[in-house]
Amino acid sequence: MSNSTHEAGAAVTGRQSGFYAWINKRFPLDRMLKEHVTEYYAPKNLNWWYVFGFLSMLVLVIQLVTGIFLTMSYKPAAADAFASVEYIMRDVEWGWLLRYMHSTGASLFFVVVYIHMFRALMYGSYRSPRELLWVFGMFIYLALSAEAFFGYLLPWGQMSYWGAQVIVSLAGAIPMVGESLVEWVRGDFFISDITLNRFFALHVIAVPLVLIGLVVVHILALHQVGSNNPDGVEIKEKKGPDGKPLDGVPFHPYDTAKDLVAMIVFLIVFSAIVFFAPEMGGYFLEHANFEPADPLKTPEHIAPVWYFTPFYAVLRAVPDKLGGVILMGGAMLILFFLPWLDRSPVKSLRYRGWMSKTALAAFVVSFVALGFLGTQPATGMYTILARVFTVIYFGYFLLMPLYTKYDAVKPVPERVSHHG
Amino acid sequence: MSDDVDLSRRHFLGVATAVTGGVGAVFAAYPFLASWQPSARAQALGAPVEVDIGKLEPGAMMKVEWRGKPVWILRRTDVMQERVVESGDYLRDPDSEQPQQPEYATNEYRSIKPEVLVVVGSCTHLGCSPIERFDIAPADLGPDWEGGFYCPCHGSKFDLAGRVYKGVPAPLNLAVPPHRYLTDTVVLIGADSGVA
Repeated sequence: MSNSTHEAGAAVTGRQSGFYAWINKRFPLDRMLKEHVTEYYAPKNLNWWYVFGFLSMLVLVIQLVTGIFLTMSYKPAAADAFASVEYIMRDVEWGWLLRYMHSTGASLFFVVVYIHMFRALMYGSYRSPRELLWVFGMFIYLALSAEAFFGYLLPWGQMSYWGAQVIVSLAGAIPMVGESLVEWVRGDFFISDITLNRFFALHVIAVPLVLIGLVVVHILALHQVGSNNPDGVEIKEKKGPDGKPLDGVPFHPYDTAKDLVAMIVFLIVFSAIVFFAPEMGGYFLEHANFEPADPLKTPEHIAPVWYFTPFYAVLRAVPDKLGGVILMGGAMLILFFLPWLDRSPVKSLRYRGWMSKTALAAFVVSFVALGFLGTQPATGMYTILARVFTVIYFGYFLLMPLYTKYDAVKPVPERVSHHG
Repeated sequence: MSDDVDLSRRHFLGVATAVTGGVGAVFAAYPFLASWQPSARAQALGAPVEVDIGKLEPGAMMKVEWRGKPVWILRRTDVMQERVVESGDYLRDPDSEQPQQPEYATNEYRSIKPEVLVVVGSCTHLGCSPIERFDIAPADLGPDWEGGFYCPCHGSKFDLAGRVYKGVPAPLNLAVPPHRYLTDTVVLIGADSGVA
């Protein structure tokens, strides 16, 4: 991909003419297409775990398009918001489809992003030289979480309201400045019309801009270092006489063809949810949110949407407010440090020993279990279990320098293998 | 080649420009950040409210809204008052040592009048609104429950003076808002001095 851009310019004049040449003289279209698409070499052993980055981009586009159309009928005011969502659902032509695509897209965004992140954990995609790629990805995850949180207030249902109340209050745990910080975020003495209005602005303008910018730098960083692969072998180290990686294939058409198949499968699942189970039994759209927000009445049971429940379970596992907030923030932020916690001489789990494999399995189990516990009431056995799984969750990260160092590893092949 | 370039002068000018620009950026950021503070209208709407409690029966509770938060006014019966005074070691802050109430409510009843409890009905954990549970020893709260407030969000418990139990996520007693009696039966919530 880094092969000379001057050559690319020369090739343009020789091979192309007319309008395309006219464009390329004024804009580096051909050069960019080559660098990022037709001459970006991805490892030839990428398996199906590698479609979820592309799918995340697809969902981002779905969210942007449906979101823009939803803003045309939605009213960001406490008195009108709930009714305007019902108006979209009942009176706007195809409004129900736009809204269900957007709400389903929100949940599936997290599904594909979580799988995408798991893939990175499995194959060591965060390891050198991809640390910054991973850090940009984590910033995307944080921005996505903020986007989802701000968006969830907009329907102004009971769960919107009380969910926001709980999350905004978290800042109140900070000593000294906490309470005034909460007031500053809300712009009022409670979650009000003012809060709704500003969350709307953040949801439709501020965070999406940040998100798109981060996606661009994430992809640029990826194309700088090249994609990892299930073997964790650096394909750039074995190049042919033409200067191209021996184990690389051009992203287009090889990976685009695969991504298109994934896209079709994904859209089938997406459509099935949109048309047959848009609420997903209360997991994608919570039942309490079909009631308008009431500042004086807390719903019997408050739970965030499923994609935040693992962190919510961590929060509730701690009987101390500040401690809970710190631990919950830590559960998210500790992921940033993954590239420096992992001391294994190999990248991919394929060539690691039982310790790393057990640790990753325990981590996945604890994440799913915390996710379940976050949807349940925080009482008795559930609290104890949440504490146990919180310890396992943090153990995966904090013990990583030890178990990755002492774990037995298998020799990594020189070239990529094909059993994937 | 740069013999006649004064590098230290160039460096000074570079730093001076950066510092001036930085100071300007901070000043320019202030209005944007300050615009997030509660607006004049929000502050006006947060003004004190007058409540007539003349018709509140013993054992009954009323809820009024002040600054979007529920404020509870409970007229405690004699039995309820006894329970408040007898309170045991299951409370985290039985003597109201934490500054969760104005001075005039820092007493064994946490109120101006022993029978009338005025508290903000907003859990000190994460701001949910607890539920009044004046029933004795119900199945879900256990045999030791003597009536109080229970938060359905995360299970925090408070007694009939809004004092928090030990071993629950809420760290503090329920807040007593600033309030005063305008007459024997009219209470002003949100202000305790000056002209209402």
